[in-house]
Amino acid sequence: MREKPARVATPTVQVRVADPVASHATAPCIVTSQLTAYFGDVAAIKDVTMSIPQQAVTAIIGPSGCGKSTLLRCLNRMHETVPRARVEGSVQILGSQIYGDGTSPIAVRRHVGMVFQRPTPFPTMSIRNNVAAGLSIDKASHQARGSKDEIVAEALQRAGLWEEVKDRLNESAMALSGGQQQRLCIARALATRPRVLLLDEPTASLDPLSSQKVEELVYHLRETVTVVIVTHNMQQAARVSDRTAFLLAGELIEFASTNELFTAPHDSRTESYITGRFG
Amino acid sequence: MRTVRSRHIVSGGMIALTYLAAILATLPLILILIHLIQKGASSLSLAFFTNGPSPVGEAGGGMANAIVGTLVVVGTASLIGLPIGIAAGLYLAEKRTTPLAYTVRFLADVLNGLPSIVVGIFAWEFLVRPIGHFSALAGSVALAAMMIPLVTRTTEEMLRVVPTSLREAALALGYPKWRTSIAVVLRTALAGIATGALVAIARIAGETAPLLFTALGNQFWSTSLKAPIAALPLQIFTYAISPYDEWHRQAWAGALVLIVIVLIISVAARFATRSRFGAPVD
Repeated sequence: MREKPARVATPTVQVRVADPVASHATAPCIVTSQLTAYFGDVAAIKDVTMSIPQQAVTAIIGPSGCGKSTLLRCLNRMHETVPRARVEGSVQILGSQIYGDGTSPIAVRRHVGMVFQRPTPFPTMSIRNNVAAGLSIDKASHQARGSKDEIVAEALQRAGLWEEVKDRLNESAMALSGGQQQRLCIARALATRPRVLLLDEPTASLDPLSSQKVEELVYHLRETVTVVIVTHNMQQAARVSDRTAFLLAGELIEFASTNELFTAPHDSRTESYITGRFG
Repeated sequence: MRTVRSRHIVSGGMIALTYLAAILATLPLILILIHLIQKGASSLSLAFFTNGPSPVGEAGGGMANAIVGTLVVVGTASLIGLPIGIAAGLYLAEKRTTPLAYTVRFLADVLNGLPSIVVGIFAWEFLVRPIGHFSALAGSVALAAMMIPLVTRTTEEMLRVVPTSLREAALALGYPKWRTSIAVVLRTALAGIATGALVAIARIAGETAPLLFTALGNQFWSTSLKAPIAALPLQIFTYAISPYDEWHRQAWAGALVLIVIVLIISVAARFATRSRFGAPVD
Protein backbone atom coordinates (compact mmCIF):
# COMPACT_ATOMS: atom_id res chain seq x y z
CA MET A 1 0.00 0.00 0.00
CA ARG A 2 1.27 3.41 -0.86
CA GLU A 3 1.47 6.10 1.77
CA LYS A 4 -1.39 8.48 2.02
CA PRO A 5 -0.76 11.95 0.66
CA ALA A 6 0.36 14.38 3.29
CA ARG A 7 -2.57 16.20 4.79
CA VAL A 8 -0.89 19.57 4.75
CA ALA A 9 -2.07 22.54 2.80
CA THR A 10 -0.97 22.31 -0.82
CA PRO A 11 1.08 25.22 -2.09
CA THR A 12 -1.57 26.97 -4.14
CA VAL A 13 -4.15 29.03 -2.38
CA GLN A 14 -7.35 28.34 -4.26
CA VAL A 15 -8.06 24.84 -3.06
CA ARG A 16 -6.71 23.79 0.29
CA VAL A 17 -7.60 22.16 3.52
CA ALA A 18 -9.19 25.05 5.34
CA ASP A 19 -9.04 23.58 8.78
CA PRO A 20 -7.09 20.50 9.89
CA VAL A 21 -10.05 19.32 11.94
CA ALA A 22 -12.42 19.57 9.00
CA SER A 23 -10.16 17.36 6.95
CA HIS A 24 -11.01 14.36 9.05
CA ALA A 25 -12.02 11.53 6.78
CA THR A 26 -15.68 11.75 7.70
CA ALA A 27 -15.99 15.41 6.77
CA PRO A 28 -17.36 16.02 3.30
CA CYS A 29 -14.90 16.64 0.50
CA ILE A 30 -17.25 18.18 -2.03
CA VAL A 31 -20.39 20.07 -1.13
CA THR A 32 -22.68 21.22 -3.91
CA SER A 33 -25.46 23.61 -3.11
CA GLN A 34 -28.42 24.22 -5.43
CA LEU A 35 -26.18 23.47 -8.36
CA THR A 36 -27.87 24.12 -11.70
CA ALA A 37 -25.99 23.81 -14.98
CA TYR A 38 -27.26 25.17 -18.28
CA PHE A 39 -26.49 24.53 -21.92
CA GLY A 40 -27.85 27.75 -23.39
CA ASP A 41 -31.35 27.95 -21.89
CA VAL A 42 -31.69 24.27 -21.09
CA ALA A 43 -30.86 23.14 -17.58
CA ALA A 44 -29.03 19.82 -17.74
CA ILE A 45 -28.96 19.48 -13.96
CA LYS A 46 -31.32 21.25 -11.57
CA ASP A 47 -30.83 22.23 -7.99
CA VAL A 48 -28.42 19.48 -7.03
CA THR A 49 -27.41 19.67 -3.38
CA MET A 50 -25.20 16.90 -2.12
CA SER A 51 -22.18 16.25 0.10
CA ILE A 52 -19.59 13.87 -1.22
CA PRO A 53 -17.46 12.26 1.49
CA GLN A 54 -13.68 12.22 1.55
CA GLN A 55 -11.55 9.17 0.84
CA ALA A 56 -14.46 7.29 -0.56
CA VAL A 57 -15.81 6.33 -3.95
CA THR A 58 -19.07 8.03 -4.89
CA ALA A 59 -20.92 6.72 -7.92
CA ILE A 60 -23.38 8.72 -9.99
CA ILE A 61 -25.89 6.58 -11.87
CA GLY A 62 -28.90 7.32 -14.00
CA PRO A 63 -30.28 6.83 -17.50
CA SER A 64 -28.56 8.35 -20.55
CA GLY A 65 -28.96 12.10 -20.78
CA CYS A 66 -29.88 12.54 -17.12
CA GLY A 67 -26.99 14.93 -16.52
CA LYS A 68 -24.50 12.58 -14.85
CA SER A 69 -21.54 13.82 -16.88
CA THR A 70 -22.66 17.43 -16.60
CA LEU A 71 -22.77 17.15 -12.82
CA LEU A 72 -19.28 15.65 -12.85
CA ARG A 73 -17.98 18.36 -15.17
CA CYS A 74 -19.29 21.04 -12.83
CA LEU A 75 -16.97 19.70 -10.14
CA ASN A 76 -13.79 20.71 -11.98
CA ARG A 77 -15.26 23.61 -13.94
CA MET A 78 -15.04 21.76 -17.25
CA HIS A 79 -18.72 22.43 -17.91
CA GLU A 80 -18.03 26.06 -18.69
CA THR A 81 -15.60 25.18 -21.51
CA VAL A 82 -18.62 24.39 -23.70
CA PRO A 83 -19.93 27.47 -25.56
CA ARG A 84 -23.04 28.98 -23.95
CA ALA A 85 -22.77 26.76 -20.91
CA ARG A 86 -23.08 28.26 -17.43
CA VAL A 87 -23.46 27.22 -13.83
CA GLU A 88 -25.57 28.54 -10.96
CA GLY A 89 -25.32 27.59 -7.31
CA SER A 90 -22.12 26.70 -5.53
CA VAL A 91 -19.57 23.93 -5.22
CA GLN A 92 -17.21 23.73 -2.29
CA ILE A 93 -14.20 21.45 -2.41
CA LEU A 94 -12.28 21.01 0.84
CA GLY A 95 -13.66 24.27 2.12
CA SER A 96 -12.98 26.41 -0.94
CA GLN A 97 -15.65 27.80 -3.23
CA ILE A 98 -14.53 26.67 -6.67
CA TYR A 99 -16.91 29.14 -8.32
CA GLY A 100 -15.85 31.91 -5.96
CA ASP A 101 -14.76 35.32 -7.22
CA GLY A 102 -11.16 35.28 -8.31
CA THR A 103 -10.87 31.50 -8.31
CA SER A 104 -9.40 30.42 -11.59
CA PRO A 105 -10.73 27.26 -13.24
CA ILE A 106 -7.14 26.33 -14.02
CA ALA A 107 -6.21 26.23 -10.33
CA VAL A 108 -9.31 24.15 -9.57
CA ARG A 109 -8.46 21.61 -12.28
CA ARG A 110 -4.94 21.16 -10.91
CA HIS A 111 -6.42 19.76 -7.73
CA VAL A 112 -9.29 17.86 -9.29
CA GLY A 113 -8.16 15.25 -11.79
CA MET A 114 -10.41 13.91 -14.50
CA VAL A 115 -10.47 10.84 -16.72
CA PHE A 116 -12.81 10.57 -19.68
CA GLN A 117 -14.88 7.87 -21.32
CA ARG A 118 -12.37 7.30 -24.11
CA PRO A 119 -8.66 7.15 -23.32
CA THR A 120 -7.01 10.47 -24.24
CA PRO A 121 -3.24 9.99 -24.21
CA PHE A 122 -1.40 12.81 -25.97
CA PRO A 123 -0.37 11.15 -29.25
CA THR A 124 2.86 13.08 -29.72
CA MET A 125 4.21 12.30 -26.27
CA SER A 126 6.00 9.26 -24.90
CA ILE A 127 4.52 7.25 -22.04
CA ARG A 128 6.78 9.08 -19.59
CA ASN A 129 5.89 12.54 -20.89
CA ASN A 130 2.20 11.73 -20.89
CA VAL A 131 2.30 10.93 -17.20
CA ALA A 132 4.42 14.02 -16.53
CA ALA A 133 2.25 16.30 -18.68
CA GLY A 134 0.42 17.81 -15.71
CA LEU A 135 3.64 18.40 -13.77
CA SER A 136 5.08 20.83 -16.29
CA ILE A 137 2.23 23.26 -15.60
CA ASP A 138 3.16 23.86 -12.03
CA LYS A 139 6.80 22.84 -11.81
CA ALA A 140 7.68 24.55 -8.55
CA SER A 141 5.14 22.76 -6.41
CA HIS A 142 6.16 19.32 -7.66
CA GLN A 143 9.92 19.70 -7.47
CA ALA A 144 9.98 19.05 -3.74
CA ARG A 145 8.44 15.62 -4.32
CA GLY A 146 11.44 14.28 -6.18
CA SER A 147 12.66 13.93 -9.72
CA LYS A 148 10.30 13.69 -12.65
CA ASP A 149 11.15 10.02 -13.11
CA GLU A 150 10.31 9.26 -9.48
CA ILE A 151 6.96 10.99 -9.73
CA VAL A 152 6.17 9.23 -13.01
CA ALA A 153 7.07 5.85 -11.53
CA GLU A 154 4.94 6.50 -8.46
CA ALA A 155 1.93 7.57 -10.52
CA LEU A 156 2.23 4.54 -12.80
CA GLN A 157 2.46 2.27 -9.77
CA ARG A 158 -0.65 3.82 -8.27
CA ALA A 159 -2.43 3.26 -11.59
CA GLY A 160 -1.27 -0.36 -11.68
CA LEU A 161 0.53 0.12 -14.99
CA TRP A 162 4.16 0.27 -13.89
CA GLU A 163 5.03 -3.39 -14.43
CA GLU A 164 3.64 -3.32 -17.97
CA VAL A 165 5.42 -0.19 -19.17
CA LYS A 166 8.53 0.29 -17.02
CA ASP A 167 10.85 -0.90 -19.81
CA ARG A 168 9.32 1.23 -22.53
CA LEU A 169 8.68 4.61 -20.99
CA ASN A 170 10.07 6.35 -24.06
CA GLU A 171 7.73 4.66 -26.48
CA SER A 172 4.62 6.30 -27.85
CA ALA A 173 1.58 6.15 -25.64
CA MET A 174 -0.38 5.19 -28.74
CA ALA A 175 1.36 1.81 -28.76
CA LEU A 176 -0.52 0.79 -25.61
CA SER A 177 -3.82 -1.10 -25.63
CA GLY A 178 -7.06 0.74 -24.87
CA GLY A 179 -7.15 -0.49 -21.29
CA GLN A 180 -3.52 0.45 -20.75
CA GLN A 181 -4.15 3.87 -22.27
CA GLN A 182 -6.99 4.42 -19.84
CA ARG A 183 -4.81 3.49 -16.87
CA LEU A 184 -2.13 5.77 -18.33
CA CYS A 185 -4.68 8.59 -18.24
CA ILE A 186 -5.46 7.73 -14.62
CA ALA A 187 -1.71 7.81 -13.88
CA ARG A 188 -1.48 11.18 -15.64
CA ALA A 189 -4.31 12.52 -13.50
CA LEU A 190 -2.76 11.08 -10.32
CA ALA A 191 0.75 12.40 -10.99
CA THR A 192 -0.13 15.89 -9.80
CA ARG A 193 -1.57 14.39 -6.58
CA PRO A 194 -5.09 15.74 -6.95
CA ARG A 195 -7.35 15.68 -3.90
CA VAL A 196 -10.27 14.53 -6.03
CA LEU A 197 -10.42 12.24 -9.05
CA LEU A 198 -13.40 12.45 -11.39
CA LEU A 199 -14.03 9.45 -13.64
CA ASP A 200 -16.52 9.88 -16.48
CA GLU A 201 -17.60 6.37 -17.50
CA PRO A 202 -13.97 5.25 -17.46
CA THR A 203 -14.68 1.69 -18.58
CA ALA A 204 -17.34 2.38 -21.20
CA SER A 205 -14.95 1.88 -24.11
CA LEU A 206 -12.94 -0.99 -22.61
CA ASP A 207 -13.17 -4.76 -22.88
CA PRO A 208 -14.36 -6.68 -19.79
CA LEU A 209 -10.87 -7.64 -18.61
CA SER A 210 -9.53 -4.09 -18.89
CA SER A 211 -12.70 -2.82 -17.21
CA GLN A 212 -12.09 -5.15 -14.31
CA LYS A 213 -8.54 -3.85 -13.89
CA VAL A 214 -9.77 -0.26 -13.85
CA GLU A 215 -12.49 -1.17 -11.35
CA GLU A 216 -9.99 -2.81 -9.03
CA LEU A 217 -7.83 0.26 -9.32
CA VAL A 218 -10.74 2.55 -8.45
CA TYR A 219 -11.58 0.36 -5.51
CA HIS A 220 -8.09 0.84 -4.08
CA LEU A 221 -7.75 4.50 -4.95
CA ARG A 222 -10.24 5.46 -2.24
CA GLU A 223 -7.46 5.07 0.30
CA THR A 224 -5.59 8.05 -1.10
CA VAL A 225 -8.02 10.19 -3.04
CA THR A 226 -11.69 11.09 -3.16
CA VAL A 227 -13.21 9.46 -6.24
CA VAL A 228 -16.42 10.41 -8.03
CA ILE A 229 -17.33 8.00 -10.82
CA VAL A 230 -20.08 8.34 -13.38
CA THR A 231 -21.26 5.01 -14.72
CA HIS A 232 -24.23 3.61 -16.57
CA ASN A 233 -23.34 0.19 -15.31
CA MET A 234 -25.19 -0.41 -12.06
CA GLN A 235 -23.22 -3.51 -11.20
CA GLN A 236 -20.08 -1.45 -11.47
CA ALA A 237 -21.50 1.21 -9.15
CA ALA A 238 -22.44 -1.51 -6.68
CA ARG A 239 -18.99 -3.08 -6.84
CA VAL A 240 -16.74 -0.04 -6.50
CA SER A 241 -18.62 2.67 -4.67
CA ASP A 242 -19.33 3.53 -1.05
CA ARG A 243 -22.15 5.92 -1.84
CA THR A 244 -24.36 6.19 -4.88
CA ALA A 245 -26.33 9.11 -6.27
CA PHE A 246 -29.26 8.48 -8.59
CA LEU A 247 -29.94 11.23 -11.11
CA LEU A 248 -33.04 11.44 -13.26
CA ALA A 249 -33.79 14.20 -15.79
CA GLY A 250 -31.22 16.46 -14.15
CA GLU A 251 -32.54 16.06 -10.63
CA LEU A 252 -30.89 14.27 -7.76
CA ILE A 253 -33.51 11.70 -6.76
CA GLU A 254 -31.64 9.84 -4.11
CA PHE A 255 -28.18 9.85 -2.57
CA ALA A 256 -27.38 7.15 -0.03
CA SER A 257 -24.86 4.50 0.85
CA THR A 258 -24.49 2.15 -2.08
CA ASN A 259 -25.75 -0.76 -0.06
CA GLU A 260 -28.88 1.06 1.01
CA LEU A 261 -29.63 2.53 -2.42
CA PHE A 262 -29.48 -0.82 -4.13
CA THR A 263 -31.20 -2.90 -1.46
CA ALA A 264 -33.73 -0.54 0.10
CA PRO A 265 -34.24 2.56 -2.04
CA HIS A 266 -36.55 5.18 -0.54
CA ASP A 267 -37.81 6.61 -3.79
CA SER A 268 -40.00 4.57 -6.07
CA ARG A 269 -38.21 5.99 -9.14
CA THR A 270 -34.87 4.72 -7.85
CA GLU A 271 -36.43 1.35 -7.35
CA SER A 272 -37.88 1.32 -10.85
CA TYR A 273 -34.50 2.23 -12.31
CA ILE A 274 -32.40 -0.27 -10.43
CA THR A 275 -34.85 -3.05 -11.07
CA GLY A 276 -34.65 -2.27 -14.77
CA ARG A 277 -38.11 -0.85 -15.35
CA PHE A 278 -36.74 2.08 -17.35
CA GLY A 279 -33.45 3.54 -18.55
CA MET B 1 -28.47 -14.88 -61.88
CA ARG B 2 -28.46 -12.64 -64.87
CA THR B 3 -28.53 -9.56 -62.68
CA VAL B 4 -25.55 -10.77 -60.65
CA ARG B 5 -23.53 -11.35 -63.79
CA SER B 6 -24.48 -8.00 -65.26
CA ARG B 7 -23.54 -6.31 -62.01
CA HIS B 8 -20.14 -7.96 -62.18
CA ILE B 9 -19.68 -6.68 -65.71
CA VAL B 10 -20.69 -3.13 -64.75
CA SER B 11 -18.45 -3.27 -61.68
CA GLY B 12 -15.52 -4.48 -63.76
CA GLY B 13 -16.09 -1.75 -66.31
CA MET B 14 -16.24 0.95 -63.66
CA ILE B 15 -13.06 -0.30 -61.99
CA ALA B 16 -11.32 -0.20 -65.37
CA LEU B 17 -12.51 3.39 -65.81
CA THR B 18 -11.08 4.44 -62.44
CA TYR B 19 -7.76 2.84 -63.39
CA LEU B 20 -7.81 4.77 -66.63
CA ALA B 21 -8.63 8.02 -64.82
CA ALA B 22 -5.79 7.45 -62.35
CA ILE B 23 -3.34 6.90 -65.21
CA LEU B 24 -4.62 9.97 -67.07
CA ALA B 25 -4.21 12.05 -63.91
CA THR B 26 -0.53 11.20 -63.54
CA LEU B 27 0.24 11.09 -67.26
CA PRO B 28 0.86 14.85 -67.73
CA LEU B 29 3.42 14.92 -64.91
CA ILE B 30 5.23 11.89 -66.33
CA LEU B 31 5.19 13.33 -69.86
CA ILE B 32 6.47 16.70 -68.63
CA LEU B 33 9.28 15.01 -66.69
CA ILE B 34 10.31 12.88 -69.68
CA HIS B 35 10.20 15.86 -71.99
CA LEU B 36 12.19 18.05 -69.61
CA ILE B 37 14.83 15.37 -69.14
CA GLN B 38 15.13 14.89 -72.91
CA LYS B 39 15.43 18.59 -73.63
CA GLY B 40 17.18 19.83 -70.50
CA ALA B 41 19.44 17.10 -69.14
CA SER B 42 22.04 17.55 -71.89
CA SER B 43 22.50 21.23 -70.97
CA LEU B 44 23.05 20.45 -67.31
CA SER B 45 26.68 20.69 -66.32
CA LEU B 46 28.64 21.75 -63.31
CA ALA B 47 28.92 25.22 -64.86
CA PHE B 48 25.13 25.46 -64.94
CA PHE B 49 25.09 25.30 -61.14
CA THR B 50 28.19 27.41 -60.49
CA ASN B 51 28.16 30.15 -63.13
CA GLY B 52 25.92 33.07 -63.77
CA PRO B 53 24.53 33.87 -67.22
CA SER B 54 27.08 34.49 -69.97
CA PRO B 55 26.57 36.82 -72.93
CA VAL B 56 25.00 35.33 -76.03
CA GLY B 57 27.47 33.29 -78.02
CA GLU B 58 29.77 32.68 -75.09
CA ALA B 59 29.77 29.17 -73.67
CA GLY B 60 29.79 28.20 -70.02
CA GLY B 61 26.81 30.23 -68.85
CA GLY B 62 24.67 28.93 -65.99
CA MET B 63 21.79 29.74 -63.71
CA ALA B 64 23.58 29.74 -60.35
CA ASN B 65 22.34 33.27 -59.66
CA ALA B 66 18.75 32.30 -60.45
CA ILE B 67 18.90 29.15 -58.30
CA VAL B 68 20.27 31.13 -55.37
CA GLY B 69 17.82 33.94 -56.12
CA THR B 70 14.87 31.55 -55.97
CA LEU B 71 16.11 30.21 -52.63
CA VAL B 72 16.48 33.77 -51.28
CA VAL B 73 13.08 34.98 -52.51
CA VAL B 74 11.17 31.82 -51.52
CA GLY B 75 13.03 31.60 -48.19
CA THR B 76 12.19 35.22 -47.33
CA ALA B 77 8.59 34.71 -48.44
CA SER B 78 8.37 31.66 -46.14
CA LEU B 79 9.80 33.63 -43.22
CA ILE B 80 7.07 36.24 -43.72
CA GLY B 81 4.20 33.96 -44.78
CA LEU B 82 4.50 30.85 -42.60
CA PRO B 83 4.30 32.50 -39.14
CA ILE B 84 1.40 34.70 -40.21
CA GLY B 85 -0.42 31.86 -41.96
CA ILE B 86 0.02 29.36 -39.12
CA ALA B 87 -0.96 31.90 -36.46
CA ALA B 88 -4.04 32.89 -38.47
CA GLY B 89 -4.95 29.21 -38.91
CA LEU B 90 -4.62 28.69 -35.16
CA TYR B 91 -6.96 31.63 -34.59
CA LEU B 92 -9.53 30.26 -37.04
CA ALA B 93 -9.43 26.81 -35.45
CA GLU B 94 -9.63 28.02 -31.84
CA LYS B 95 -12.15 30.84 -32.33
CA ARG B 96 -14.05 29.30 -35.18
CA THR B 97 -17.38 31.06 -34.67
CA THR B 98 -16.39 34.68 -34.08
CA PRO B 99 -17.38 37.23 -36.76
CA LEU B 100 -13.70 37.92 -37.38
CA ALA B 101 -13.09 34.21 -37.98
CA TYR B 102 -15.88 34.03 -40.55
CA THR B 103 -14.54 37.12 -42.31
CA VAL B 104 -10.94 35.91 -42.33
CA ARG B 105 -11.95 32.45 -43.55
CA PHE B 106 -14.00 33.93 -46.39
CA LEU B 107 -11.27 36.36 -47.43
CA ALA B 108 -8.64 33.61 -47.30
CA ASP B 109 -10.74 31.54 -49.67
CA VAL B 110 -11.12 34.50 -52.01
CA LEU B 111 -7.38 35.21 -51.88
CA ASN B 112 -6.65 31.55 -52.64
CA GLY B 113 -8.47 31.94 -55.92
CA LEU B 114 -6.85 35.25 -56.83
CA PRO B 115 -4.86 35.17 -60.09
CA SER B 116 -1.18 35.43 -59.26
CA ILE B 117 -0.64 38.29 -61.71
CA VAL B 118 -3.04 40.39 -59.60
CA VAL B 119 -0.91 39.69 -56.53
CA GLY B 120 2.12 40.85 -58.53
CA ILE B 121 0.43 44.10 -59.59
CA PHE B 122 -0.67 44.68 -56.01
CA ALA B 123 2.89 44.27 -54.72
CA TRP B 124 4.17 46.59 -57.45
CA GLU B 125 1.61 49.26 -56.49
CA PHE B 126 2.26 49.08 -52.78
CA LEU B 127 5.96 48.30 -52.58
CA VAL B 128 7.82 48.87 -55.82
CA ARG B 129 6.23 52.20 -56.73
CA PRO B 130 6.54 53.91 -53.32
CA ILE B 131 10.13 52.65 -52.87
CA GLY B 132 11.05 53.57 -56.40
CA HIS B 133 12.77 50.41 -57.61
CA PHE B 134 12.27 46.66 -58.01
CA SER B 135 13.57 44.45 -55.20
CA ALA B 136 13.83 40.87 -54.01
CA LEU B 137 11.88 41.87 -50.92
CA ALA B 138 8.93 43.05 -53.00
CA GLY B 139 8.97 39.64 -54.74
CA SER B 140 9.04 37.87 -51.40
CA VAL B 141 6.12 39.91 -50.12
CA ALA B 142 4.12 39.07 -53.25
CA LEU B 143 4.85 35.35 -52.82
CA ALA B 144 4.09 35.56 -49.09
CA ALA B 145 0.73 37.11 -49.95
CA MET B 146 -0.01 34.03 -52.05
CA MET B 147 1.21 31.72 -49.32
CA ILE B 148 -0.66 33.14 -46.34
CA PRO B 149 -4.24 32.17 -47.31
CA LEU B 150 -3.08 28.71 -48.37
CA VAL B 151 -1.20 28.06 -45.13
CA THR B 152 -4.00 29.59 -43.06
CA ARG B 153 -6.62 27.25 -44.45
CA THR B 154 -4.50 24.07 -44.36
CA THR B 155 -3.40 24.87 -40.80
CA GLU B 156 -7.01 25.38 -39.75
CA GLU B 157 -8.07 22.09 -41.35
CA MET B 158 -5.23 20.21 -39.66
CA LEU B 159 -6.02 21.72 -36.25
CA ARG B 160 -9.70 20.94 -36.61
CA VAL B 161 -9.11 17.23 -36.89
CA VAL B 162 -7.43 17.20 -33.48
CA PRO B 163 -10.15 15.60 -31.35
CA THR B 164 -11.92 17.77 -28.77
CA SER B 165 -11.25 15.03 -26.23
CA LEU B 166 -7.52 15.81 -26.36
CA ARG B 167 -8.21 19.49 -25.79
CA GLU B 168 -10.44 18.60 -22.85
CA ALA B 169 -7.84 16.22 -21.43
CA ALA B 170 -5.28 19.01 -21.40
CA LEU B 171 -7.71 21.52 -19.88
CA ALA B 172 -8.69 18.99 -17.22
CA LEU B 173 -5.02 18.64 -16.27
CA GLY B 174 -4.98 22.36 -15.50
CA TYR B 175 -3.43 23.56 -18.74
CA PRO B 176 -4.27 27.18 -19.48
CA LYS B 177 -6.06 27.67 -22.78
CA TRP B 178 -3.08 29.10 -24.67
CA ARG B 179 -0.91 26.24 -23.51
CA THR B 180 -3.50 23.68 -24.55
CA SER B 181 -3.56 25.28 -28.00
CA ILE B 182 0.20 25.21 -28.42
CA ALA B 183 1.47 22.21 -26.45
CA VAL B 184 -1.34 19.82 -27.32
CA VAL B 185 -3.44 20.95 -30.28
CA LEU B 186 -0.72 22.56 -32.40
CA ARG B 187 1.79 19.89 -31.42
CA THR B 188 -0.57 17.07 -32.39
CA ALA B 189 -1.29 18.66 -35.77
CA LEU B 190 2.32 19.69 -36.40
CA ALA B 191 3.08 17.03 -39.02
CA GLY B 192 0.02 18.03 -41.02
CA ILE B 193 0.82 21.72 -40.69
CA ALA B 194 4.41 21.09 -41.85
CA THR B 195 3.03 19.28 -44.89
CA GLY B 196 0.74 22.19 -45.67
CA ALA B 197 3.65 24.59 -45.31
CA LEU B 198 5.85 22.57 -47.67
CA VAL B 199 3.07 22.26 -50.23
CA ALA B 200 2.65 26.05 -50.09
CA ILE B 201 6.41 26.54 -50.54
CA ALA B 202 6.44 24.16 -53.50
CA ARG B 203 3.49 26.04 -54.95
CA ILE B 204 5.10 29.50 -54.77
CA ALA B 205 8.55 28.30 -55.85
CA GLY B 206 7.29 27.98 -59.41
CA GLU B 207 5.31 31.24 -59.54
CA THR B 208 6.41 33.64 -62.26
CA ALA B 209 3.72 36.30 -62.53
CA PRO B 210 4.05 37.78 -59.03
CA LEU B 211 7.78 38.21 -59.59
CA LEU B 212 7.55 39.96 -62.97
CA PHE B 213 6.84 43.41 -61.52
CA THR B 214 8.58 42.90 -58.19
CA ALA B 215 11.82 40.91 -58.19
CA LEU B 216 12.17 41.71 -61.92
CA GLY B 217 15.09 39.37 -62.54
CA ASN B 218 18.80 40.03 -62.71
CA GLN B 219 21.49 38.83 -65.11
CA PHE B 220 24.14 39.28 -62.42
CA TRP B 221 24.91 37.93 -58.99
CA SER B 222 22.83 39.47 -56.25
CA THR B 223 21.59 38.21 -52.95
CA SER B 224 20.50 41.59 -51.62
CA LEU B 225 16.86 41.91 -50.63
CA LYS B 226 16.90 45.55 -51.66
CA ALA B 227 17.98 44.97 -55.26
CA PRO B 228 16.32 43.19 -58.17
CA ILE B 229 17.14 39.50 -58.00
CA ALA B 230 17.14 36.59 -60.43
CA ALA B 231 14.75 33.70 -59.92
CA LEU B 232 14.43 30.42 -61.81
CA PRO B 233 10.92 31.01 -63.18
CA LEU B 234 11.88 34.52 -64.35
CA GLN B 235 15.10 33.31 -65.93
CA ILE B 236 13.28 30.50 -67.70
CA PHE B 237 10.73 33.02 -68.98
CA THR B 238 13.39 35.45 -70.21
CA TYR B 239 15.39 32.73 -71.93
CA ALA B 240 12.39 30.97 -73.42
CA ILE B 241 11.15 34.08 -75.24
CA SER B 242 14.65 34.99 -76.48
CA PRO B 243 15.65 34.22 -80.08
CA TYR B 244 18.85 32.32 -79.15
CA ASP B 245 19.15 28.51 -79.29
CA GLU B 246 21.69 28.45 -76.48
CA TRP B 247 19.31 30.31 -74.19
CA HIS B 248 16.46 27.97 -75.17
CA ARG B 249 18.58 25.01 -74.10
CA GLN B 250 19.35 26.75 -70.83
CA ALA B 251 15.65 27.44 -70.27
CA TRP B 252 14.91 23.72 -70.60
CA ALA B 253 17.67 22.90 -68.12
CA GLY B 254 16.35 25.58 -65.75
CA ALA B 255 12.85 24.14 -65.97
CA LEU B 256 14.23 20.69 -65.13
CA VAL B 257 16.07 22.08 -62.09
CA LEU B 258 12.95 23.93 -60.94
CA ILE B 259 10.72 20.88 -61.18
CA VAL B 260 13.31 18.77 -59.34
CA ILE B 261 13.42 21.36 -56.54
CA VAL B 262 9.62 21.30 -56.30
CA LEU B 263 9.62 17.49 -56.33
CA ILE B 264 12.17 17.40 -53.52
CA ILE B 265 10.01 19.73 -51.42
CA SER B 266 6.93 17.59 -52.12
CA VAL B 267 8.75 14.40 -51.15
CA ALA B 268 9.93 16.13 -47.98
CA ALA B 269 6.29 16.96 -47.30
CA ARG B 270 5.41 13.27 -47.53
CA PHE B 271 8.11 12.43 -45.03
CA ALA B 272 6.99 15.19 -42.68
CA THR B 273 3.63 13.46 -42.27
CA ARG B 274 5.33 10.65 -40.45
CA SER B 275 5.15 11.36 -36.76
CA ARG B 276 8.06 11.13 -34.35
CA PHE B 277 7.14 7.57 -33.50
CA GLY B 278 6.99 6.40 -37.09
CA ALA B 279 3.24 5.94 -37.19
CA PRO B 280 1.34 7.83 -39.88
CA VAL B 281 -0.82 10.68 -38.67
CA ASP B 282 -4.36 10.51 -39.91
